Amino acid sequence: MTSAADTQGSRALLSHSDHGVFARALRWLRTNLFSSIFSSIITLVLIFLLAKMLFSLAQWGIWNAIWSVPGNNTGACRALRGVGACWAVIPEKIRFILFGSYTYDQQWRPAAATLIFIALFYLSSRRSWWRRELVLVWVAALALISVLMWGGIFGLSFVPQDRWGGLPVTLILATFGLAFGFPLGILVALGRRSKLPAIRSLCVLYVELIRGVPLISLLFMASVMFPLFMPEGFNIDKLLRAQIAFILYAGAYLAEVIRGGLQAIPRGQQEAADALGLSYWQTNRLVILPQAIRHVIPPLVNTFIAFFKDTSLVLIIGIFDLLTTAKTAIIDPAWQAFSVEVYIFVALIYFAFCFAMSRYSRQLETQSPSK
Amino acid sequence: MTTSASKPRPRKQLHFSLRDDRVKGWIWQVVVVGIAVAVVAWLWSNTSHNLAVRRISTGFAFLGREAGMPIVDTWLPYSPKDTYFWAFVVGIVNTLRVAVIGIVLATALGTIVGIARLSSNWLLSRLAAVYVEVLRDIPLLLQLLFWYVLMQGLPATRAAWKLLDGVFLSNRGLVLPSIPIEAGQLWVLLAALLALIAFYVVRRHLIAQQMQDGRVRRAWPYALALAMIPVAVSWSLGVSWAVTMPELRGFNFVGGWTLSPEYFSLLIALVTYTSAFIAEIVRSGIQAVSKGQWDAALALGLRRSFVLRQIVLPQALRVIIPPMTSQYLNLTKNSSLAVAIGYQDIVSIANTTLNQTGQAIDAIALIMVVFLTISLSISLFMNWYNAQIALVER
Repeated sequence: MTSAADTQGSRALLSHSDHGVFARALRWLRTNLFSSIFSSIITLVLIFLLAKMLFSLAQWGIWNAIWSVPGNNTGACRALRGVGACWAVIPEKIRFILFGSYTYDQQWRPAAATLIFIALFYLSSRRSWWRRELVLVWVAALALISVLMWGGIFGLSFVPQDRWGGLPVTLILATFGLAFGFPLGILVALGRRSKLPAIRSLCVLYVELIRGVPLISLLFMASVMFPLFMPEGFNIDKLLRAQIAFILYAGAYLAEVIRGGLQAIPRGQQEAADALGLSYWQTNRLVILPQAIRHVIPPLVNTFIAFFKDTSLVLIIGIFDLLTTAKTAIIDPAWQAFSVEVYIFVALIYFAFCFAMSRYSRQLETQSPSK
Repeated sequence: MTTSASKPRPRKQLHFSLRDDRVKGWIWQVVVVGIAVAVVAWLWSNTSHNLAVRRISTGFAFLGREAGMPIVDTWLPYSPKDTYFWAFVVGIVNTLRVAVIGIVLATALGTIVGIARLSSNWLLSRLAAVYVEVLRDIPLLLQLLFWYVLMQGLPATRAAWKLLDGVFLSNRGLVLPSIPIEAGQLWVLLAALLALIAFYVVRRHLIAQQMQDGRVRRAWPYALALAMIPVAVSWSLGVSWAVTMPELRGFNFVGGWTLSPEYFSLLIALVTYTSAFIAEIVRSGIQAVSKGQWDAALALGLRRSFVLRQIVLPQALRVIIPPMTSQYLNLTKNSSLAVAIGYQDIVSIANTTLNQTGQAIDAIALIMVVFLTISLSISLFMNWYNAQIALVER
């Protein structure tokens, strides 16, 4: 209210030049930064702190920074440690950070796979593409990515899974985890609302067990206990084992989000579908689920963001995702001292993906299609 | 409905048909449960076979054996000669001391940032928004490694940064002044706790009386009187509250209270990361209280602080508590990332145990039991609190 009064006051004061750019800027400053003495003090203190911080950051990251060093000779960088950044580490290590130890001259393949992933995400975010064909697009894209990564056909040389690394592995873990976790989540959410007690309690047990323990313990289970669970002599790749753990993990969390959507659907929908003589599966597939999922798209996207970040935990069981390759890149003695620079670079990549998703989710919320 | 076997059945009892919903329900349940049981049995037989082949024993007998692992950073007395059981207890305490202190600090910081986001000051609210967005969109593990690397890059103890008198930050961690805890202090703390409980009871009684006759009763004289109890106990026992200042001797600090770099970076990472989520929860909680509530209360001539405390906050809390609970659970579970930087929490100790004894199943089962217990306790407490502040519907 005070700010409204202030606006009025300043408008009266400045009425003779109300349309000037300068006057408008002044008015904006008065209402938003200097509306009261207290607010003015906060503004000045913040400007001072911000300027100080930005100045020292710029000094470290730009003015004193070293952008390239000839032939792995990092002496100049090390002399400047703590005073200036050594960005030379990024061009030196970027191929390893992004693609791990994938066969060097074949690295266009993981690069192409990454681009397909991004195109797939973009396509799935368009409302006009939310049709049944999207499932086919996903199947085709994931198949294409598998072919690119593995190779072995179409003249592509075979690259075993343990050489994969970097950004494609992060994207694979996240995307395949969601692609399989999503249907699982739908089934479990339906099961948890089922009238059949045995199925309901099984679903509750699954969801609460997974959500009650840290993801790391699931990953430990996948890496240490999985071989014990399987028949003797049968073993599968570490990446696939972690992928299974991620699918189970995603299924439990997505189930809870989807259950929230199911609860928001009025009973009348169910009753109307019953009256039309639709079966249980027809009712859910044609009537309930399309509405329920539309309701929870913003929280679903938030779950996707959390899940994308959580894939970085595979570092602990030694799978080469983006974070692990970054951490490994600086084991090299010449570059050991420059982990901060590498972490900032990788943080920017993670940030770009998560920020895009979070912007998208907010945009969906404000559009609010269901209302 | 399918379970109502004891109810008198309708007439069509003998008419068995696959189209009957009850019959279909039973078939579904039998099939699904059958598959679940079969899968578990299959895994079980594989596991027991594999364990036999690899000569790995199971069971918790190993808990009584000597652990032999060093634990550097602990509040409890521990030496490698102690048993695995005691090592696990030390690990649980290490997890709890990160989780509990982290929850308190994250709530405080998150509330401040959340309120800052709603500030009418443009710069303050934008900065708060940037803080939230940056911290939320970078994986916690990456932030944790980042803080840890920064900690390691700090100067050595001899050139430690002196933040305040007696507060030093170096690559050995954060050193704070401390008060040596003896038996006397514990008695004073106990007295303070009892006084707090007594005050709570008195206040409830006063409010109940006020509800009866509408007369306002002041609680602060009672608070003052009860506060004298711990003071009196401290004075009569002659407890010393002298503060020990840390001192640099040789290469390390003597005296004072040291937070190891591992603990400190884990705490910073968890607190800042979780505070970003809590800020959003606080913001949406306050925004959920309609402006009309403020206007109506102010129109009645109530003071602003009273309106905030008695009218807006109680309503905001109803929106805030459930998502806050899940953030507390997340923080507790995320504290297990400690294993990545070598802070010895329960997961890290279980992991070492697993490598030493090979008893993977038992070690991981222990982690799960511990976390399920902690999660359940937090949920129960928060649900109880939520019920306390819930809207009483007539």
